[in-house]
Amino acid sequence: MARMTSTRRKIITTAVAWAIGLVIFFPIFWTILTSFKTEAQAINDPPLFFNFDWTLENYISVQERSDYLRFLWNSVAIAGGSTLLGTLIAIPAAWSMAFVPSVRTKDILLWMLSTKMLPAVGVLYPISLIFVQFNLLDTKLGLIVVLMLINLPIIVWMLYTYFREIPGEILEAARMDGAKLRQELFYVLTPMAIPGIASTLLLNFILAWNEAFWTLNLTAAKAAPLTAFIASYSSPEGLFFAKLSAASTMAIAPILILGWFSQKQLVRGLTFGAVK
Amino acid sequence: MSLKNTLCAATALTLVTATGAMAADPTATITIATVNNGDMIRMQGYTDQFTAETGIAVDWVTLEENVLRQRVTTDITTKGGQFDVMTIGMYETPIWGANDWLVPLNDLSAEYDVDDILPAMRNGLSHDGTLYAAPFYGESSMVMYRTDLMEAAGLDMPKDPTWQFIREAAAAMDDPANDVNGICLRGKAGWGEGGAFITVTGNSFGARWFDEDWNAQFDQPEWSDALNFYVNLMNDYGPEGYATNGFNENLSLFNQGKCGMWIDATVAASFVTGDDSTVKDSVGFALAPNAEGIEKRSNWLWAWALAIPAGTQQEAEAKTFIEWATSKAYIELVAANEGWANVPPGARTSLYENPEYLKVPFAQMTLDSINAADPNNPSVQPVPYVGIQFVAIPEYAGMATEVSQEFSAAYAGQQTVEEALEKAQAITNDTMEAAGYR
Repeated sequence: MARMTSTRRKIITTAVAWAIGLVIFFPIFWTILTSFKTEAQAINDPPLFFNFDWTLENYISVQERSDYLRFLWNSVAIAGGSTLLGTLIAIPAAWSMAFVPSVRTKDILLWMLSTKMLPAVGVLYPISLIFVQFNLLDTKLGLIVVLMLINLPIIVWMLYTYFREIPGEILEAARMDGAKLRQELFYVLTPMAIPGIASTLLLNFILAWNEAFWTLNLTAAKAAPLTAFIASYSSPEGLFFAKLSAASTMAIAPILILGWFSQKQLVRGLTFGAVK
Repeated sequence: MSLKNTLCAATALTLVTATGAMAADPTATITIATVNNGDMIRMQGYTDQFTAETGIAVDWVTLEENVLRQRVTTDITTKGGQFDVMTIGMYETPIWGANDWLVPLNDLSAEYDVDDILPAMRNGLSHDGTLYAAPFYGESSMVMYRTDLMEAAGLDMPKDPTWQFIREAAAAMDDPANDVNGICLRGKAGWGEGGAFITVTGNSFGARWFDEDWNAQFDQPEWSDALNFYVNLMNDYGPEGYATNGFNENLSLFNQGKCGMWIDATVAASFVTGDDSTVKDSVGFALAPNAEGIEKRSNWLWAWALAIPAGTQQEAEAKTFIEWATSKAYIELVAANEGWANVPPGARTSLYENPEYLKVPFAQMTLDSINAADPNNPSVQPVPYVGIQFVAIPEYAGMATEVSQEFSAAYAGQQTVEEALEKAQAITNDTMEAAGYR
């Protein structure tokens, strides 16, 4: 009886999970589907699901108008650069908070997180002025620094959580064996926290990839990433939904593929230490 | 590939790419910020021709309209110098010109023929008589209607209808059984969306935003008449959810044959008669309506124009581009390649003297609509401001967006018209007081 209940519950849970998954995925599915329609088909009422003449004209038109590879390159550099830089800074910070905490560690962690509560537009002018002063406008370097700073609290928090799960005695043993601080960090702690670090990297890469305030406001022609590429297809006067969908599909494709191939690491990292 | 290898490859790729950021730019390259409108995209397609003629390369930055405003405002005020040319509208131009944020266009070449710019456009893009932006295309608003449905209803659309006729025609064409709405109008919140439409509707009922002492006028009967008329008209014969419909949503509905009439930007005429429209062969045009006895019609005036931000290092190259893109020769170039119906409308007088262009079905009505708009006298009552569908003061965009949100809430049935007007009155007076006008 207990087994039957469990099976029924399993079926219900699976069905609910699939339903939620489909609801979440539907906008992405619809965007991809619309990208293969003509502009007239894209606005058809009732909406067309599969019964239309599939076309690649939107992709051809988008590629003709925009240099997709340049935008993609910029996205990879900005998202990758900010994530790596942030992780390099966050590993020692999280180590000190996890293994040599002070009385103020909790306060510092909360304060760091509180910086995420400030609306970005509130510091648009100060950041813009700094960028002008240091010639960083429309450079990848500038965006790498800004996005790193924006995501740093999350990186530190995530790494802190993972590090706390690692017994301090192991590090102590390494020290007794003569390991210096650098060796302790990179040869003892880091390998043990690889799942956590990997999921932190992936999550922050996705956050930086999707960031669409600073990447739009601090770039022009040279360093604009895929968020600017998508924004360039939004029109106040004219129906370009099919082209916008094609541009969006091209912009999300790399991150979807990355997420697909790394989902095991992502889930493993996110649930790391969740159950003792 | 293992995760470790993947991460190493990503690191290497990132470092190589980031290093590439330091690459130098060519000297004769200008950067142009623009919106993603059909005519602007067409212009980008001719960039190679401009470069071949002048030796000046062009980098395009295409942004969504509101992002573009925020972006160029930040760039100008922080002296970022990211853009050499930018697309701005009739609202920003006189304000930014007055602040010395724009380079005056007072030394354009004789060949350019600045006097050929339509007077309404030239005035709207000037401050104290100095032109600060050259119109790329201009627009007013007008009635677009289904000639077949109008005929079936036994009605004749006059060239200059009244709101009362529009209501009568909407009632006659409304056919819910066949999914046809009598009329489609903007209701979406935003000063440039539903806010623009309801402001010109107010004008045509004799309303105004401010009296001569900058006191808000939403407590006056003209506004109550205008807003009640609009809400009743749309509730009776408009599409469901009209409170969230803007230009694109209504264009979509009209092109699918779901609207008997649509009153909106004249630039829409080329879309509703284009290949994507299912009703392209049965569209007629008329002047925007007015209330009976009120001389002012509900047509607006707008231009997407090219301007040069003060502080650009490439002023001469930027001016060369503006002269090229807004010239008579550019119009002829587009006409030769894509037909007269696709040239940027509403900017030059000579275009409307061209017999070939006048064969385009909406050409004359567009010109008549533009000429019927008077930004200096938008209402029959005296006003202290310039602008028809907006008030050309810096505080307007924020304040009008809030007001239009209240109106949209009334369209959606979340509050009454009277409540919306009361809130609009308070928002407007508070803003003007804080800004020191009152």
